[in-house]
Amino acid sequence: MGIATLYLSVIVLIPLAAVVAKAFSQGLSPFWDAVTNPLALKAIGVTLAVSVLVAGIGAVMGTLVAWVLVRDEFPGQRFVNALIDLPFALPTIVAGLTLLALYGPDSPFGLHLAYTRAAVVVALLFVTLPFVVRSVQPVLIELDREVEEAAASLGASNAVTFRRIVLPALRPGIMSGAALAFARSVGEIGALILVVGKVQIASIVIFADIESDAPSAAASLSVVLLAISLIVLFALRWFGGPRGGH
Amino acid sequence: MVISRRATLSARVVVLIYLGLLLLLPLGVVFERTFAHGLAAAWGWITTPAAISAFWLSVIIAAIAVPLNTIFGVGCALVLVRSRARGRKVLDALIDLPFAVSPVIVGLALLLVYGQTGWFGTWFAHQGIRIIYAPTGMVLATIFVSLPFVVREVAPVLMEIGDEQEQAAATLGASGWQTFWRVTLPSIRWGVAYGVVLTTARALGEIGAVLVVSSNVAGSTLTLPLLVYQRDSQIGAGEISGAYAAATELAVMSLIVLLAMTVLGPRRNETK
Repeated sequence: MGIATLYLSVIVLIPLAAVVAKAFSQGLSPFWDAVTNPLALKAIGVTLAVSVLVAGIGAVMGTLVAWVLVRDEFPGQRFVNALIDLPFALPTIVAGLTLLALYGPDSPFGLHLAYTRAAVVVALLFVTLPFVVRSVQPVLIELDREVEEAAASLGASNAVTFRRIVLPALRPGIMSGAALAFARSVGEIGALILVVGKVQIASIVIFADIESDAPSAAASLSVVLLAISLIVLFALRWFGGPRGGH
Repeated sequence: MVISRRATLSARVVVLIYLGLLLLLPLGVVFERTFAHGLAAAWGWITTPAAISAFWLSVIIAAIAVPLNTIFGVGCALVLVRSRARGRKVLDALIDLPFAVSPVIVGLALLLVYGQTGWFGTWFAHQGIRIIYAPTGMVLATIFVSLPFVVREVAPVLMEIGDEQEQAAATLGASGWQTFWRVTLPSIRWGVAYGVVLTTARALGEIGAVLVVSSNVAGSTLTLPLLVYQRDSQIGAGEISGAYAAATELAVMSLIVLLAMTVLGPRRNETK
């Protein structure tokens, strides 16, 4: 216990404390000025908007993907199932480069999404794909199909069965997957750094601040970003998603 | 739910197209760009001195970070699941912090503590030890971002197997170490292996945190992902192709990781 705490402190806790300390080193008002200047506010706004969109699309598409993987049967399904984990295995910078190759200046389809918000959303959808799929899939496998059959035999339409029986069972999984995707999107930098261009994403702004030797500004924005991810993840723990138990 | 054949088929098609566009197509394009000038050219790009040293730096950083996080992860999981120590709940919550922190903040945090003018950095500087803008800092950053994987894989397995066998071993006179090596470790080995694979993947691929604490000098502090970033942000067709080649090298490594995940994934909750 002692060694574990020491290891965690030296590598994680003390450095994070340093960020918070740096942000407030000149007192509360410089911190407030740093996070409420138009550039910082815009970066936080864009980051939040993009992350909500990514979590939303991810929730819908991820659930559909999980559904097809569990309830459908087709040749090559095991391959597709294995492929879902690709974004966790692939270095994020490679993900960014691949998207640049597809939608950048040399795009083979003449699609020039790179350096726009759309490119940021696509990159984040790639990186966060496994979260919703992998948290919905086990629930869907465990789901008792007899209840659905009972509902159907009592005259419920598919839409009603889905809304009243299936969706409530899946909701915790979808919510926890979407929350993880959101938290990841808020902080992601690797996949974005090549495609982001002039789009002001919070993590990129922090990086630019560090590079231009403005650690206080970087630390202030970091504290806001940290607070957002922590609130989301604590909410998730509180309401108990499938991963929330341990 | 009885779903019509047509609905099933269209869902399948939508999903396959979505995954194809999002996952396979981009990967295919990078492979295509890498080998567009032939196999020899691609081999040339990944065997330049800068690329070779980046490859080895990535491997060395992973070789330090992964074992440390594995030992910590197994030990920490044991503490969380088996001990009644006070502060266990707090430790449990804190373990997940690295997943909630943006990599760029990780870099900044290490910079503020271990940098030249940082909390501990001044002391290290007096001793002539450089941490930030040197491989040591990159190792610290890598350990930070990949810290929770092993704990999160091993803790549920430990919970699942219970402690009856361990108690039986202890009753029969086994020491703590003997119990761990002969009873506990064999039952959690698949969980540990899966955690190690995830840790390795993250360690090899990390860029955000490492970017901040690296001096980005080819030959000394460039890892493979940094090499991809640097080559891509430089102008010139040769450099861009070099970026694609290094990316393909990383992609091949990650396909190996993916294979390991596919093989180990279903077995990680097996206890025998």
